[in-house]
Amino acid sequence: MSEAVVSGPGDLMPDSAGGVVADFSADRQTFHVPWGKAMMWFFLLSDTFIFGCFLTGYMSVRMAVRDAWPVPSEVFALSFGGEPIPLILIAIMTFILISSSGTMAMAVNMGYRGERNKAFWLMMATAAFGAMFVSMQAFEWTKLIVDEGVRPWGNPMGAAQFGSTFFMITGFHGLHVSAGVIYLIVIGRRVKSGFYDRTRGNYEMVEITGLYWHFVDLVWVFIFAFFYLW
Amino acid sequence: MAHEVGQQHPISTYFLVWGLLFVLSFFSYMVDYLDFQGMMRWALILLFMFLKAGLIVSIFMHVAWERRALKVVILGPPIALLVLILLMTFESDYIFLTRITFFGEGAAAVVHH
Repeated sequence: MSEAVVSGPGDLMPDSAGGVVADFSADRQTFHVPWGKAMMWFFLLSDTFIFGCFLTGYMSVRMAVRDAWPVPSEVFALSFGGEPIPLILIAIMTFILISSSGTMAMAVNMGYRGERNKAFWLMMATAAFGAMFVSMQAFEWTKLIVDEGVRPWGNPMGAAQFGSTFFMITGFHGLHVSAGVIYLIVIGRRVKSGFYDRTRGNYEMVEITGLYWHFVDLVWVFIFAFFYLW
Repeated sequence: MAHEVGQQHPISTYFLVWGLLFVLSFFSYMVDYLDFQGMMRWALILLFMFLKAGLIVSIFMHVAWERRALKVVILGPPIALLVLILLMTFESDYIFLTRITFFGEGAAAVVHH
């Protein structure tokens, strides 16, 4: 057995249960990924629990309520001069976020190929989609608060809990998107300046940023299903 | 396999997943637009939701290519959330029953559940 050939005892069978046991019991580094990536995954795992608890709280409140729950399809309908189209704004927001996920995936790919200018512009495109998403959310909140009179403690359409759960869940998600836009701009500038060529010569940071961004998109998939489609 | 330089995959894979996500999102919007109701609505909502979530996590977040040890750590703990959801459905049904017992049927009696 020559040393330094394998990076971990689980290498011989990385995808079997035995490999998992070997990786964990190796008495050395468990995860064979850059530490930043492992840490981002742990952060995202904790965030999963935060959003999971928010959505579960929303479910509990909605299932136990006696008053009629406002119909999201009608509350979030938007009219462009004619008949109101159900959920149209939310649908557009969903497509924008998915587009941003696509450009982010491309940015990660370009980063690893060393095409730093392309990676930069793709990250900026992602940030721009994110900013568009947040703007549309601001528009949606304004419409709901000013025109429809929705408040965290009540609304004219039905169950009072609608407002509190809506503002909390979409607000927290919007905050994540906003933070992600800032994160993308910070890392994007470093990519453009050649920082990752000079310091470590690899672009794993772009992938880590991508993990965060895809997670934000992932959370939206669940919010869209449970809040808007239920 | 000891030292790959990050996650590098063909661009065509990303384009395929990107396209699929658009199509699936369109389908989930159609669930509402075409006004499906009842079990059919729930089945379709959950189907499209899990397909989208699966594609994002496995391809865009590269979990499909990670070692099993990391997969276990990422995908294992959220099972606790499923238990929480199950417990909370029992709890909420109980609260709902006590509410209609003590306060009478609400305006939502017909639409509820």
